[in-house]
Amino acid sequence: MIHPIPPGTRDVLPDEMRELRRLHLAMIEVFESRGYGEVSTPAIEYDEVLARGDGRTAASAYRFFDERGDLLALRSDMTVPIARLVASRYAGAEPPLRLCYLANAFRAVRPQRGQMREFAQAGVELIGAPAPDGTAEVVEVLEATLDAAGLNRAVIGLGDADLYRQLLTEFGIEGEARDAVLGRLAAHDLVGLEVELAELDGIGDEQAATCIALSQLRGGKEVLDEARSLGGAAVERATARLGETFEALVARGVADRVQIDLGLLRDLGYYSGAILEVYDPALGHVLGGGGRYDELLKRFGVDLPAAGFALYLERVHVAQMEEEPRAGGES
Amino acid sequence: MSVEVAGMGHARDEGPLRLAVPRGALLGETLGALDAIGIDTSEVRGESRSLIFETEGLTLVTMRPSDVPTYVEAGAADVGITGKDVLLEQHDRVVYELLDLGFGRCRMVLAGRKGDERMGESQRRLGMMRIATKYPRTAERHFEQTGRQVEVIEVKGSVELAPLIGLADGIVDLVATGRTLEENDLEVREEILECTARFVANRVAHKLRAREVDGLTAKLREGLAR
Repeated sequence: MIHPIPPGTRDVLPDEMRELRRLHLAMIEVFESRGYGEVSTPAIEYDEVLARGDGRTAASAYRFFDERGDLLALRSDMTVPIARLVASRYAGAEPPLRLCYLANAFRAVRPQRGQMREFAQAGVELIGAPAPDGTAEVVEVLEATLDAAGLNRAVIGLGDADLYRQLLTEFGIEGEARDAVLGRLAAHDLVGLEVELAELDGIGDEQAATCIALSQLRGGKEVLDEARSLGGAAVERATARLGETFEALVARGVADRVQIDLGLLRDLGYYSGAILEVYDPALGHVLGGGGRYDELLKRFGVDLPAAGFALYLERVHVAQMEEEPRAGGES
Repeated sequence: MSVEVAGMGHARDEGPLRLAVPRGALLGETLGALDAIGIDTSEVRGESRSLIFETEGLTLVTMRPSDVPTYVEAGAADVGITGKDVLLEQHDRVVYELLDLGFGRCRMVLAGRKGDERMGESQRRLGMMRIATKYPRTAERHFEQTGRQVEVIEVKGSVELAPLIGLADGIVDLVATGRTLEENDLEVREEILECTARFVANRVAHKLRAREVDGLTAKLREGLAR
C-alpha cells in the first residue's frame, strides 16, 4: 500500500543516507577544525521571535497554534535562529563566536516544480568579526568545505548587498519605484529593468545605462576598475568595500576561486555589505550562499557584526556525484 | 539563505554553449538572427529530424517554446530564445532575461464575440466572467491587477472555440495578425501586453561562462541593429 507524504518532502534510503552522512561528516570536520562548534536549535520557534529577524522576506511559510494558543513557526533558515541563540545563550561571551550547523529548514514550494519544502543546510556563522577579515575567514571556510566535498571547481560569487539601494537613492529614486527597480535587478530581468528605468522621472539615460552596465560586471579584480569608471558615490563605496574584502582574501590565499559580481543581489532583507553565492560548473542551480548581516544581531539586542554561509546539502551531493568521473579521471 | 530550492539541474561546463531554439512560429526569425551573427543554421532548416545540431561555436537544441524556460532554468541549456508570453506564463522559472530580440511581435489580448455583451453582462449580474485561455496565470494576473473577478478556464487547443459554443464569455489569447479572431467572429476588447522574443540565460552559466554569454548577447544585439 502507498501512503503519501506531502509534496516537497522525501524519505532517504540507506545508500543515499550513507553518502549524505559521509558528506555531512566531511563538512562538519572542516567546520570543527577551524573552531566552529556545532549547534542545534528547535525546528519550531515562536513566530514572533523568528519574525524579529526578518519579518518582511523570511517569514515562515508554516505557522500554527499550539495547544496553548501560541503562534509557532517552522524555521526557514538557520541564520535567524542562531542570532536568537547567540543573544540568549552567549549574552556576555567574548566575541568572536564561531558556530556551525547541519539542520533542516522549511520553505513554501510552488506547485509542480520539484522544489523541496524541507531541505538540509550546512553552514557557519561567524559572530563578532567585522569586515573585511571576518568575511575573508568565512570565504576561507567555505572554500575548504567545497574542497572537502570534492567540488574543487566550484566558484564563489562576491557582491555587495547595499550597492543598488544606495545607487538608486543617489539617483533620487525612493519608495515603490526603487523597490520595482530592485525587483528587476534581483530577477536579473534586463529587458524589464530597461523599461522600468526609462519610465522613471528624474533619471537620465546615462544613469539608467550605469545601472544596467553595473549589473553585468562580473569577473576578476579588474571589474572593480570598470565599475569605478561608471562613477558615483554608491559605486565608489561598494567597490572600495569589495576591494578591501578582496585584498583580505588575497592575504589569506583564497581569492582564486572568487568571482567579483556587481550584479549579485540576495533577496533576504537582513544582508548588508558583502554577499556570497556558490556555483559549480556541473550544476545549473546555485549551491548556496551567504554574506554579512551586521545589523541582524542588533534586532535581538546584541550589537555585533556577523557573517556566514549555508550550503544546500542535497545539491552539494548532486554536484559531488557529477564531479566524480572528472576527479576519478585525473587521479 | 535566500536561494529558492528548486529541483536538481545538471549544467554542462564543456564544449560550446548550448542554445535552446524554439520550434514553431519563432523558428524562422530565430534562425535568421543566428544567421546574422554567422551561425550556420542550414542543418536546422533541412529535413533532419534531429533535435540537436552542432555548429561552429554553438550547439543548437530545438524544442517547443514553452519548454525553453524549463531547460534553461535547469542548466540543460545554457541560453535560450523564447517568447515573452512564455516567460510571463512561467514567471516563477528563474532565468535571466538578457535581451529583447524584437521579432515575433504579437499581442496578448482579451477578445469576445462581435457585438456580444456577454462579458459585461456576466460581470454585472454574476459578479465574474468566464475566460478561456492557454495562459491561465497571465490571464489571472491581468484581471487581478485590474480588479475584476474571473473564472479562468484552461484549454489546450483552439481557444477560439470556447466563446462560440458557450464554454466561456471571452478568451485571453496571443494574436499576431488577428486573422484567426476575425475568422471566428471574435474581436479584441482589451490589449493586455505586447510580446516579443527574448534571449535568456541560465543563472549559473551567466556567472561561470560570463565571457561567452556576454559575447553572444553582444553579437545578437549588433545583429539586430543591422
